[in-house]
Amino acid sequence: MATAVLQSGERETYLNKEYGIKSWLLTVDHKRIALLYLVSITFFFFIGGLFALLIRLELLTPAGDLVQADTYNKLFTMHGQVMVFFFLIPSVPAVLGNFLLPIMIGAKDLAFPRVNLLSWYLYITGGALMLYTILNGGVDTGWTFYTPLSTEFLNTHVVTAGLAVFVAGFSSILTGLNFVVTTHRMRAPGMTWSRLPLFVWAHYATSIIQLLGTPVLAITLLLVVCERLFHLGIFNPALGGDPLLFQHLFWFYSHPAVYIMILPGMGIVSEIVCCFSRKRVFGYNAMALALLGIAVVGFLVWAHHMFVAGISLYAAMIFSLLSYFVAVPSAIKVFNWTSTMYKGSITYQTPMLYAFGFIGLFTMGGLTGLFLASLGIDVHVTDTYFVVAHFHYIMVGGMVMAYLGGMHFWWPKISGRMYPEGWGRLAALLVFVGFNLTFFPQFILGYMGMPRRYWDYSHSPEFQILNVLSTAGATILAVGYVLPMIYFLWSMRYGKPAPDNPWNAAGLEWMIPSPPSTYNFEQQPVVTWEAYNYDEIKEEVPVAQ
Amino acid sequence: MFQTMPLWPERASTMANNVDALYIFLLVVSAMMSIAIFTMVLVFAVRFRKRPGHHAEQIQGSHALEITWTFIPFCIFMVFFGWGALLYFKERKPPKDATEVYTVAKQWMWKFEHIEGQREINELHVPIGRDVEMIMTSQDVIHSFYVPAFRIKQDVLPGRYTTAWFHATKPGTYHLFCAEYCGTMHSGMVGSVVVMEPKDYEAWMGGGGSQPLAVTGEKLFTELGCITCHRSDTQGRGPNLVGIFGKPVLLEDGRTVVADENYVRESILQPAAKIVSGFKPIMPTFQGQISDEQLNALVAYVKSLSQPATGQTGGRHMATATP
Repeated sequence: MATAVLQSGERETYLNKEYGIKSWLLTVDHKRIALLYLVSITFFFFIGGLFALLIRLELLTPAGDLVQADTYNKLFTMHGQVMVFFFLIPSVPAVLGNFLLPIMIGAKDLAFPRVNLLSWYLYITGGALMLYTILNGGVDTGWTFYTPLSTEFLNTHVVTAGLAVFVAGFSSILTGLNFVVTTHRMRAPGMTWSRLPLFVWAHYATSIIQLLGTPVLAITLLLVVCERLFHLGIFNPALGGDPLLFQHLFWFYSHPAVYIMILPGMGIVSEIVCCFSRKRVFGYNAMALALLGIAVVGFLVWAHHMFVAGISLYAAMIFSLLSYFVAVPSAIKVFNWTSTMYKGSITYQTPMLYAFGFIGLFTMGGLTGLFLASLGIDVHVTDTYFVVAHFHYIMVGGMVMAYLGGMHFWWPKISGRMYPEGWGRLAALLVFVGFNLTFFPQFILGYMGMPRRYWDYSHSPEFQILNVLSTAGATILAVGYVLPMIYFLWSMRYGKPAPDNPWNAAGLEWMIPSPPSTYNFEQQPVVTWEAYNYDEIKEEVPVAQ
Repeated sequence: MFQTMPLWPERASTMANNVDALYIFLLVVSAMMSIAIFTMVLVFAVRFRKRPGHHAEQIQGSHALEITWTFIPFCIFMVFFGWGALLYFKERKPPKDATEVYTVAKQWMWKFEHIEGQREINELHVPIGRDVEMIMTSQDVIHSFYVPAFRIKQDVLPGRYTTAWFHATKPGTYHLFCAEYCGTMHSGMVGSVVVMEPKDYEAWMGGGGSQPLAVTGEKLFTELGCITCHRSDTQGRGPNLVGIFGKPVLLEDGRTVVADENYVRESILQPAAKIVSGFKPIMPTFQGQISDEQLNALVAYVKSLSQPATGQTGGRHMATATP
């Protein structure tokens, strides 16, 4: 392919096309916006991670002796808010989705490039409000903002925290809108729906949830802010309001939100498993349908967070039943990934190690969801560390591993450099070991009865040994997370230059240079092949250097 | 004193055995499913690793497999659902004639009042072998009454009652935790449930000398003037309260509701919310004028008007709240 050449003789890419801060802050190139997001979400990941480390350090001993009670309550609140709203929800869609979606469908950008930039600025504005909250004394409502505690009984920065999430929510809504329209309207000739990579299907399903669910969160947080400022009485029983109304409204978004977080990761895993098994995915239709099924049924289960909240017996039974329905498509996906490996030709590069980790940990997290969906068990373990372990298995063991796997897989495409494979594998191993040591003991702690959000447990010293194990794991996990930051940065200068297709992978993104030029394709591609056409790609994955 | 097994708390109630049985069942099935998947992934990863001369075999899929591994997990999940739902059904329906303990939770303590009048703070004494129903409300934010050894938990809400019940089976002292984040000293809102042999419990009770809750309520009923309208004949400006507890009440807008604890409480705090058919909306509100403990005493008194003379246990138990 003839490519544009700069004066210096270098090939023109989206990275060197223009220099200077303005060219980044005013870019409408989806790839540059993806990098803007990458820097910002990494920043928030470290803040959320720092809070987590402080929490785990406090819990080393039963007594509350590291920080004060109010400080601890702020730490777990802001850990949750930062990680959920400023890291997990945007992470894959805003970084990998933004970068890859247009390329994977053969387009030169998203449908609305300027709205894409606006999304980032909304995210940054929300992030700034969150930082303001953190630096000015914090907020201690719990990430769930339950009323009337948050509206009537706390003197911390509830309003700015609520507004931070409110503003960031619009970033999510607009990204969802952009992806849906792009997928419908900008596919290259021949790229039919049934030829789309599952990464695209996953982002499509995610975007539907973002579009439909986030506005409910926005309204709910606005109501909390208004209740706090004007004492309207919507959620305050003393004024005739209902605290459970808040919970229904909050969870109506926040349950589908967990699918916003995991579906993109499932898309990544499909891409990686197919590439490193050299096989098309087993059961493409089932996989695509499962993604859509999770998105739809995910809207029908929210009150499984409220089984002991005071809802009616019969409502609880209906939500328990529906929660089991939503588990089925997830199980199907695990079976299909496993079957994709059958009779493959498998290699164990870093992305594949993360994919293995995902399959194992997501399976465990998903199975423990079945415990929680069972009413009789949930009464005992809800609001304990069992729930904390469950959602961290899915969000950290699942989602963050998928994100890291994706970052390694597409790093050559994004940066034009290879990361050091040996360090990549070491980090993946550390993450896997550290993760399990951190969170497996918490299942046991939960069943033993340790409630969540407890600063001090000196009344129950029997909880200590498991807490110590958990904190030990957290330190290993932290090392596993810091390593990629270091070697990705290192690789930008010293990494081996990457070829167009270092993995001999299928997909349009691997048919253009690494890094791509600004408009992705020299000419609009015409697609005549199915997704994951590994039957036509004869080569294996090259051996790592 | 506080003994816990390494993997689960002691089983000190009838519910605990049932919950642990379901838990172990789930553990076994989950372990089997995980081992099956992990083994397959491991075996495939090694057996189908890249080797010279071997190529991947492209397989589209298999309808038969998809259907099988949709249907079988679904059936297993339905067993999990059914068993769990059965347990929950038992858990949410207190037995008739359970002994009541009125509970008021506040930041950051538990206040208990036995029907016989004893008050306790953060410690709850109960006898073995008796059904005990906690009728609970909060003075401020949402709390949650959690006794791991009994495997029960119920959120405690401001503005209404929620209930939990248990049947203790083993003497001992067990943790009571608040399980819904409620502010600064959430982790300090802990106490204990002391389960005693019946004779020890009688001895403990005898040392009190406090009057039964319903009698306190009767006194309040007179002091606050309720008796002027709610006479025990048909001449009063308000409905006669004798015998109404636990029975359906026809309201003037045509609805019928059951007169449970929440109904009585609401009628005192927001009388205009539900007007009994045939009466005028003239009752003044007592919101802000009486404490939660006084409300509990009044509810206990109204309940006692529907019972045969002993006035000890509750009659119809309250329907669970609105979704």
